[in-house]
Amino acid sequence: MYQGIRIAGFGGQGVISAGILLAQAGVEDKKNASWLPSYGPEMRGGTANCSVVVTDGEVYTPIVSAPNTVIVMNEPSLPKFEPLLKKGGLLILNSSLINSRPTRTDITTVCVPCNELAQKIGMDRVANLVALGAFIKLTGAVTIDSVCDAMKKVYKRAKPEMLEINRKALQAGYDAVK
Amino acid sequence: MTQKTLRKGNEALAEGAIRAGARFFAGYPITPQNEVPEFMSAYMADAGGAFVQAESEIAAINMVYGAASTGTRSMTSSSSPGVSLKQEGITYLASADLPCLIVNVMRGGPGLGSIGGAQGDYFQATRGGGNGDYHVIVLAPNSVEELGNFPKLGFELAEKYRMPCMILADGILGQMMESMAFNFDPIDPNKLGKFDWAVDIEKNGRPKRKVFSYKGDNLIADVTERAKRYGLIEKTEARFEERNTEDCDVLLVAYGLSSRACLEAVNHAAEKGLKVGLFRPITLWPFPSKRLLELAGKVKAILAVEQSLGQMVQDVKLAVGDKTPVYLKAYPAGGQPEGEAILQAAQSALSGKTEGLFDLQRHAEGFTYECKRDLSLGVQGDRKGGK
Repeated sequence: MYQGIRIAGFGGQGVISAGILLAQAGVEDKKNASWLPSYGPEMRGGTANCSVVVTDGEVYTPIVSAPNTVIVMNEPSLPKFEPLLKKGGLLILNSSLINSRPTRTDITTVCVPCNELAQKIGMDRVANLVALGAFIKLTGAVTIDSVCDAMKKVYKRAKPEMLEINRKALQAGYDAVK
Repeated sequence: MTQKTLRKGNEALAEGAIRAGARFFAGYPITPQNEVPEFMSAYMADAGGAFVQAESEIAAINMVYGAASTGTRSMTSSSSPGVSLKQEGITYLASADLPCLIVNVMRGGPGLGSIGGAQGDYFQATRGGGNGDYHVIVLAPNSVEELGNFPKLGFELAEKYRMPCMILADGILGQMMESMAFNFDPIDPNKLGKFDWAVDIEKNGRPKRKVFSYKGDNLIADVTERAKRYGLIEKTEARFEERNTEDCDVLLVAYGLSSRACLEAVNHAAEKGLKVGLFRPITLWPFPSKRLLELAGKVKAILAVEQSLGQMVQDVKLAVGDKTPVYLKAYPAGGQPEGEAILQAAQSALSGKTEGLFDLQRHAEGFTYECKRDLSLGVQGDRKGGK
């Protein structure tokens, strides 16, 4: 298993955090993982993205230039990252905020209304974890439990009730994929 | 020694340095190495050391000069333009035979360049960098784990040979997170013993000690003595890693982040029916020439891969001479090496269809650049409209 993932969205949508959680979850599952943020003179209100690798083997370069999976959380990220996907790759699309649909026919697209599902749980901010839940169901690269374990390490001072909301968000994304 | 944890490269390096006994750090902020001073500012005082955010890069390296004179494990870190500023201090440290650790988390260049990762400072690092006849030992990590563990090696080599040691990383390695573990327990610098050259407070009538960078009439003897040390280092301290080098047709040579993209190429080569191996220099000075020459005799082509216009490839060529054709796949100024493209380049090198690759053999036979200019037509920089 070698999963190269790009997660993209607006700054503030939690795409960088989702990437760290995914990489840490990989480590919890005794896999090898890397995470790399796009860093630079990014424009305020512009797109943020990160590269994550989770693998049973060796992590090659942490720069994921041809991802197996792309998670797009906002409209501008779709045209930017759709072309990078490997043939046969997986596109997880936040249909709450993205009206467009991919033009490529050689990829699998799964639309998840991340923000709506997050609002149902009572917190719009966890939309990133809804997307991550869908990713877990579709790829099996990590598990919901390992992401929850990762959360305890990444957010050492998180309140138990917050961890519970996060778990619900992961589960909602997981269940949204048929 | 420790469990594997997910760490950011710059943080692993900073923690590794404190674990290795570093008790003095001076630096000045610059992307993409800012997590190093940030970590030092939070933890160095707790470790009983001193952290200084200096007023400039030049001040920082000269503070390291002072601290290193006392035998304290001392270091600074910066990124390319900042390391250029430090060169004056580094040549003085070399002249004074002081051990210290200098970290360069490389970014694009020349000039201010970019804040993306790059490998354009190879010449500066391996040829000394400042004025005069000297070297620094250069270590090139290619993972977060090596970033965390190399400060110990760096200090040990620097002290053994009484000279500065540089860790040459890059922006991607510094910024990425990866699972890593330290391979050594924290070192208590008070238990390391004392140097017979270090300046300190000594009241028992011991002869005075001085640390000099100016050698005056003794310069020739001094430089010659240093050359002997350099010779010993070249003979005994060259470090490298090999992958699939037994029975390969094309040998990739790459260091740092580039070597990881090469690893992808090596592992996917078999699927294309290619035999590709990787030779990764871990010390860039001393360059592991001897082993590379041995391998050169067994392969059909060598492909150097680097994130610069062709710097390391010169050391490759110096090592192997005419034994094997040497080609270059260059990713200058922030270009991102990719396994698939490297594999294609390896295929080209093997077949001799080397369009797009820089061929050092042809270059030696008078191969000219396409951009050769006819001076009679004037050049871009000509002045116009003067009065």
